Amino acid sequence: MSRASELVGQIPYAKFIGMGVDRDARGLIGILPLKDSNIGNRWLPAVHGGVIGSFLEMTAILALLDQGDGDRIPKPINFSTDYLRSAGPHQTHGRAEIVKLGRRIANVRVVAYQEDEARPVAAGIGNFLV
Amino acid sequence: MEEKYVVEGLFGENRNEVVDSVPHCVAIGMKCVRLDRRTATLMIPYRDDLVGDPNRGVVFGGVITTLLDQTGGAATLCSLSEFSSMATIDLRVDYLRAAEPGLDLYGFAECYKRTHSIAFVRGKAWDRDPDDPFAHYIATYMLGANQNDPLVESAEAGLAK
Repeated sequence: MSRASELVGQIPYAKFIGMGVDRDARGLIGILPLKDSNIGNRWLPAVHGGVIGSFLEMTAILALLDQGDGDRIPKPINFSTDYLRSAGPHQTHGRAEIVKLGRRIANVRVVAYQEDEARPVAAGIGNFLV
Repeated sequence: MEEKYVVEGLFGENRNEVVDSVPHCVAIGMKCVRLDRRTATLMIPYRDDLVGDPNRGVVFGGVITTLLDQTGGAATLCSLSEFSSMATIDLRVDYLRAAEPGLDLYGFAECYKRTHSIAFVRGKAWDRDPDDPFAHYIATYMLGANQNDPLVESAEAGLAK
């Protein structure tokens, strides 16, 4: 299996939210399964915004780890999340794009979607110390 | 003119109604420290399963996002003159330093401007000293976003007690 899927199993918080990874021809996909303990609004129901933000940030980190050869986990400098739609009771997928990988800083963009990739639920962008 | 706050009856310490209605907040162990006019302070006790970097024992950055998103929602609730549901439009967290392993995480947020439809919020998070925060945060929330808001449901239930 890939480096990222090995690493995701070693990060306690990734396990806490039940996160996994998958891969297709375009690259790494973060997977956030539907889990009762991730729910923010049980009337809608919807996944908690903080979990969605965390999922985007974790997907960005896994994409960076997947690219590099070190074991050091990139440290976030800042991360910004736009909430586009309520994340309903479905599995959520995340795809990261490394906009720039510099010697010290990486800039990563991530989009989260559920059933339809053309209808994203959230989008994030962050800078990381690598 | 005197400002009216719809949840004024909940202002004070340990109003855990605002987190206990949210399954993820319960799962992560979040507590409400204090609610006041346009402001809220919430906390998450340190736990090994929230760690994002096992080599350093540091809590994952996204946990701070969760803490501050919820704190900002509570601060927005504490700014309302009548009940309205809330949804986060966007938020940004600056990680000023790593949170210290083993220490509880505190978050504070202030709704510094509210219009009919949008709340503008800023805040910070710290472990030892509020004047030495490890994160800063800024966010906007949309008001009247959907029908059922757990914060509103629990605030109404709390006020009815």
